Order: sequence, then structure tokens, then C-alpha cells
Amino acid sequence: MAKILIPTPLRPYTDKQDAVDAAGATVGELLADLTRKHGGLKAHLYNDQGKLRSFVNIYVNDEDIRYLQKEQTPVTAHDTVSIIPSVAGGVDAALDVRSVRLAADRDLPQLTNDEIKRYSRHLIMPEVGVDGQRKLKAAKVLCIGAGGLGSPAAMYLVAAGVGRLGLVDFDVVDFSNLQRQILHGTPDVGRSKLASAKDRLNALNPEVQIDTYETALSSENAMKLFEPYDVIVDGTDNFPTRYLVNDACVLLGKPNAYGSIFRFEGQASVFATKDGPCYRCLYPEPPPPGLVPSCAEGGVLGVLPGIIGVIQATETIKLILGTGEPLIGRFLLFDALRMKFRELKLRKDADCPVCGTHPTVTKLIDYEQFCGVAPVAPQPVAAGSATEITSVELKARLDRGDRVKIVDVREANEYQINRIPGSILIPLGDVPKRYNELDPDEELVMQCKSGVRSGKAADFLRSVGFKRVLNLKGGILDWIDKVDPSQPKY
Amino acid sequence: MTERHLSVGTIVEAAIRRHGQETYPHECCGALVGRDDRVTDVVALPNTTEEGPRRRFLVSSSDYRQAERRATELGGELLGFYHSHPDHPARPSQYDLDHAWPTFAYVIVSVAAGKAEDMTVWYLKDDRSSFDEGTLVYGENSDSDPTAAVHGQTGRS
Repeated sequence: MAKILIPTPLRPYTDKQDAVDAAGATVGELLADLTRKHGGLKAHLYNDQGKLRSFVNIYVNDEDIRYLQKEQTPVTAHDTVSIIPSVAGGVDAALDVRSVRLAADRDLPQLTNDEIKRYSRHLIMPEVGVDGQRKLKAAKVLCIGAGGLGSPAAMYLVAAGVGRLGLVDFDVVDFSNLQRQILHGTPDVGRSKLASAKDRLNALNPEVQIDTYETALSSENAMKLFEPYDVIVDGTDNFPTRYLVNDACVLLGKPNAYGSIFRFEGQASVFATKDGPCYRCLYPEPPPPGLVPSCAEGGVLGVLPGIIGVIQATETIKLILGTGEPLIGRFLLFDALRMKFRELKLRKDADCPVCGTHPTVTKLIDYEQFCGVAPVAPQPVAAGSATEITSVELKARLDRGDRVKIVDVREANEYQINRIPGSILIPLGDVPKRYNELDPDEELVMQCKSGVRSGKAADFLRSVGFKRVLNLKGGILDWIDKVDPSQPKY
Repeated sequence: MTERHLSVGTIVEAAIRRHGQETYPHECCGALVGRDDRVTDVVALPNTTEEGPRRRFLVSSSDYRQAERRATELGGELLGFYHSHPDHPARPSQYDLDHAWPTFAYVIVSVAAGKAEDMTVWYLKDDRSSFDEGTLVYGENSDSDPTAAVHGQTGRS
């Protein structure tokens, strides 16, 4: 027999008494006797498995039984046993993103009978259900890019019943897109990607509002474009835009469902949630320009964006529903050749320049410059000398019999697809160790696919003393357009 | 079923809102002291959670004991607790439900971007299945000393 002190919230179950006597030699026996006498207490002290609830603390005199022998702690008639509440609460972890707060704060729209039919496979799952589907209907998602990643992400989001989907792109459908960008079909080649995407998505689900923004995302328009949306899906293919999307998401407090792809490998994560890390926590600075090739340069397996884009769509839907464990603080790596997923833990960096405790980036910056794509000070060139040549000028000079050497700095497999007759191949990465094969007194025309890599090669050669180096503007693509349409483009 | 009412004076209401704003973006917590569904005093308590104070609060058992003692000293009883939901609606979460005590009034204040907004009150159903929303009755709180409304302001943020 011992005395048990009852806390205020449980007194209604003990006839308002603040202390009751119970029989038993251990704490466990005592509590069993207590709940026998006062049945209403049981549900509040014990969980469904018959264990003491975590927020119920039992003290014998002044000692927590967790540090004694737990429920086996012996008690005598001289001991006082106290039930002391821990009071705890909070918001649901999975819901802790601003997008969901917005969705929850809005009056959720009702579903029409057609929508109930369409989404029935969602509605019968308790994790989605009618409430979840209404959240999806209330949600607004913006996809940056209607290409490889944007295609599957947008299609599944629209199929799943997201209420409003925005697309930002300024490109035109090209034959080389069709191997992976499943929003677009062969008849769409030459059309704007957004017009093509809108037709496809409207056919898939006419209930969804499709907003199209035919523009290049920039520091000037990003904040305004992102503002109305709850989640941003980053389907960009270059570093300046990736940093721009990240920073705008952090500044606006909108989650970024991130994905990227290269050759056979992909990455995915969720950045810029309230407590989670952002892209800059992982990569504070971009890689040196030219170090990481783009998909246009390095290629990409056509199905890869399908896998990664669908992961982005899945994470977006989970954020909206507030269900499951989002990819927050987790960086997913996928290798298609080995068919393996790996996961890295990511932490929010307190020193992060944009989401840290003392951010140095508080508004959008010039991302081309930040990523070294557009250097502030161009390479010094002797006055009066040109640095570029057009494909038409080059053709005219070759026809005149001028002695110019064309150096193709692409990779060997690209050189196999098409080439300018008479050009020699030195891939960009080999230029620093092979430039002595070139004659410094000879006039050189550097050439690649579109002019970016060859521009870097030209800068390098000038820096080591070559005087007459020209870059072929627009690369071989422009050459094929203007001079030699018989060759294939890729 | 009759809906429960909880009276909070202007000063009590302001104290809860202010506490939520002060600890933002972390959750604040504190005890509600009074009698007969009328809150006369609030006791701010430290948030001792180790699970991230942006979305959790925990009143330790020793702070709970202190709150009960303080309630007795103030001549009232412990009516319940308040806490904030930073950037989140003033509705109880599943976590709130899982950890709720019966009969207590749970006041939740939503703090959006640092500004206290909606305030609501909830009571756990006897079968623990969900909360019943009560009604907050605001108004003058003439019997409380404005300077003494918040006792023991020790909230760590």
C-alpha cells in the first residue's frame, strides 16, 4: 500500500482527489491497482500495447522510475508515488513546409463527380483520401524547364490532379529532344516547347490549369514567377539557373524539388524547406566553368530523366499531402548502369551564404557571372584583332585558299557524327597538354558544337602566347545551318 | 454536447501572443492558471525539447511540478497549457493529440513569419480519438495586475 499523487488533469477520474491509496509491492502493481479502481485512467496512462505512455512520468519520492527499476521499482507504505505529466506537442514534421501551410490555410476546393472518378485510386488510399486529393487540387506547382526532367514531372503531377501547374521554358522542340522529353512528339519538332507541352498536358487532364511562361528564368523575373506557387520543381540543365532557382526558393521560403541528370547518373533531393538544407549547403560554389559538361556535351541516357523526374514529382506530391518522409536533408544518388540508389545525409549549414544564420546573399545576384559563364573582365586581346569568325566568313576564307587551321575541341564520338572538312581533333581536356602540336604562327579557328568549349580553348591558347586564334561562332551547328546542311545535327 | 468556453483576459491573450512572437521561429510553451474556465495568469515555461524547438515543445516534469506549485501560490489551479505553432495553423497536430492530457485546455497560437495570428483552444476527447474545439472568450481582465500577468518568464529561445 502506498500513496499516489494525482496530477490535475487526471483528478476527474479519481473523484477529484489529488491523492489516492493503492496496493502493491512494485510501481507496476500499484498502478495496476489504481487503474482497476479508477478505470478511466487507463487510456491516459497506458498506450494500446499496455506500455506507460512516453509523456507519463512516474516518480517514487523524488526519483524518476526510469532511473530506478522502472515498473519493477519496489515501493513501501512510506513511499510517495507521483504521476507527473510531461506536456508536449508541436506541429507535424511532415507538414512543416510553408507550401502545405498555404494549402491548409486556403479553403480546400471540393472535388467534382468527374474528379472523384478520375482520382478514385487515390481516394481509396487513406494516405491520400478525399482530403489529400483536395490538397492536391489546391496546390500550385511550378516546373522550371519542359525538357527531360520537366516532361515526366509535369505529366505525373498533372495526372495526379495538382490544381495548377506552371511551366517556364523558352526553347523550341528539336529532334534531339525526342529521345527523352516525352512531353513532345515528332509532329511537335519546330514548335515552342510550351505550346507542345500545354497540348499534351491538357489532353492528359483538362481539370488542371496550365500556366506557361515563355521566357528565360532570370534574376529579374524569378521572384515574381515563383511567388504564386507552393512548390518549385527544378528541371534545369545548367549551374547558373540551378543556383538561381535555389536562392529564389530560399528567399521566398518555397521548397525546391531538385533533380539533375548526366549520362547514366542522377541526383534528387528536396531543398529550401524551413529547417532543411539548400543546394548551397551542399555546393556553396559552382564548379569551375567547363569542368562539369552539360547533357548537350556529355550525353544522357534517355530513360534517366524519366526516373529522376518522377522522383521529383513523387516528392512534390508528398510535400503537398504532408505524408511520408520527404527527401529533406537526404541526397539521393542513382546509377542506372549499376541500378543502385545511394543516399547521403545532408545537414543545413549554419554558414550557408543564403540559408545560414548570417546570410550574405539576401537578394538574387548575377548567376552567369557567379558561375563564371560570363567573366566580368574578358580576356585581353590585342587592339584591332578579331576573336570570332562566323561560319559564312570561314567558308569564304577557305574558298579563297587562306591558310587557316580548324581545331575541333569536341570529344571523339562527337567528331564521328559530323565535322568540318580539314579540321583536326583535340578535345578540350587535352588542349593544355597538346597545344605544342599547334604552330603559334599559324592562324587557328577553334570549333566545337556551339562555340562555348572552343571559346575556352581559344582563351587558353591566347594565354599561352598564340596570337592569331579565332573562335567559330555558333560552332558546327551554325556551320551546318549556314554552310553545309547535308551533315546531321545532334 | 456543450462546447467548452475558456475566458482569457486581454492581458493574458497579449502575453501568450507576445511569448509566441519572442520565441519565433521556435515554439513557446507555458501554463494557464485560473479557476472555473477563466484564465487569470500565464506562467511562461522553457521549451526543453531535444527534437527541434521549431516544431516541438516539451514541458519537463520538473517544470510541470513548478507550474502546479505556482498555480497554488496564485490561488488558482492549472487549467492547461498554451503553445505556439510557428508558420503553421492554430490547429492541433497528430503529435499534439498523441501527447495530450485529458481535461486540460490546450491553447494554440499560430505565429506566421514572426507575427502572432489565430488563437484557438482544444480539449482532448475522453477516448483520446481527437480534440474538441472550444471557444475562447476574450475580454477585460480587471482582476489581474498587468505587470504580473506573466510570471517566471524564463523561456529559452
